[in-house]
Amino acid sequence: MQRSKSDVWVGLLVIIGAIAFLFLSLQSANLLTLNWHSSYAVSARFDNIGGLKRQAAVKSAGVVVGRVKEISFDDTKFQALVILSMDNRFQFPKDSSLKILTSGLLGEQYIGIEAGSDAKNLEPGDMVSSTQSAIVLESLISQFLYNKAADGPSGGAR
Amino acid sequence: MIRFLSNTGATLRLLLIAVGASFKLFVSLIKLFRPCMRRFNLVVEQMHFLGNYSLAIISISGLFVGFVLGLQGYYTLQKYGSESALGLLVALSLVRELGPVVCALLFAGRAGTSLTAEIGLMRAGEQLSAMEMMGVDPVARILAPRFWAGVFTMPILAAVFSAMGIVGGWVVGVVMIGIDAGSFWGQMQGGVDFFKDVLNGVLKSFIFGITVTFVALYQGFAAQPTPEGVSRSTTSTVVVASLFVLGLDFVLTALMFSL
Repeated sequence: MQRSKSDVWVGLLVIIGAIAFLFLSLQSANLLTLNWHSSYAVSARFDNIGGLKRQAAVKSAGVVVGRVKEISFDDTKFQALVILSMDNRFQFPKDSSLKILTSGLLGEQYIGIEAGSDAKNLEPGDMVSSTQSAIVLESLISQFLYNKAADGPSGGAR
Repeated sequence: MIRFLSNTGATLRLLLIAVGASFKLFVSLIKLFRPCMRRFNLVVEQMHFLGNYSLAIISISGLFVGFVLGLQGYYTLQKYGSESALGLLVALSLVRELGPVVCALLFAGRAGTSLTAEIGLMRAGEQLSAMEMMGVDPVARILAPRFWAGVFTMPILAAVFSAMGIVGGWVVGVVMIGIDAGSFWGQMQGGVDFFKDVLNGVLKSFIFGITVTFVALYQGFAAQPTPEGVSRSTTSTVVVASLFVLGLDFVLTALMFSL
């Protein structure tokens, strides 16, 4: 009798633990949206990837359609080589363009993909040729200063 | 001079004996895994004792740790205008760090001490010697079920602790302060990785479960069979287990998250 009573309580304990674990994995780690779909790899070269990281999202119209799989450096062209794994459910035209964007002012960087108008779709292993680098704050500021200087002394000097 | 040397030598010898004896006990407990599974009722009984009675303190402390994390995290994050990252902060710090560690410390205080006292009193009352006389191995009959029960219970408790903490952070952040619920959960889901964060946290709590339960059992088993000795062992269970947990935590974190 005593034993079966503790069995019940331990069963309850284990169930509570399982619920807590499920809560952690589903609600906080969002396991459901982990990519169980098959994907195809597409590569692209960027002049500057800024703070892009692996696993960063690839978004089209704000919807996640893939992830950054790998980032490496191509020392023949001195560019960053980014490999994206795109969700198989979403197909994009061959002449789609990639941009590195930032979510919010200080947020994570992600890749925005804009659909082109080619009739053929991207195939696994294709390289996207039209890319736009991340905006680096320093170069933006220096560009601004150069433009200001080129405008003449009207703005800055007293 | 000679007295100093002989004292040092005696201390060193005692230390070595403790290390050797605890290692021997540890190996025999690991070996007793299969016999324990065969008599699982003993383990279940101990899980009831260790787990269910710790559940209240674990979940309430988890809730309060979550409250405090919510308040303190909000205070820091709102200086940078990124209060929406509160969910991520609460979830990551709980799942990776605070869940396993604080839970292990509480477990050492709540369950470890009672294990040490129980076994120390058995030792003092010569019940363990009596069992040996009857040809029953006290390690197999008394220690091993408690050990494996503690090892199984600890990850459950740590998961409950983390989940309650996240709920606490949600209560403070979303319900009381009024952060947008969507960004609270969304940032959390974007930043917490299942394999890197959640599973590593579970692994941590598993290792802490082994550590705390083993320290408690060894302290009880090696206690001086006097009232003083049992009380001293109980104290040192908390001290040694806490130190081991915190030290191991550093090592584990460095191993898991630097790679």
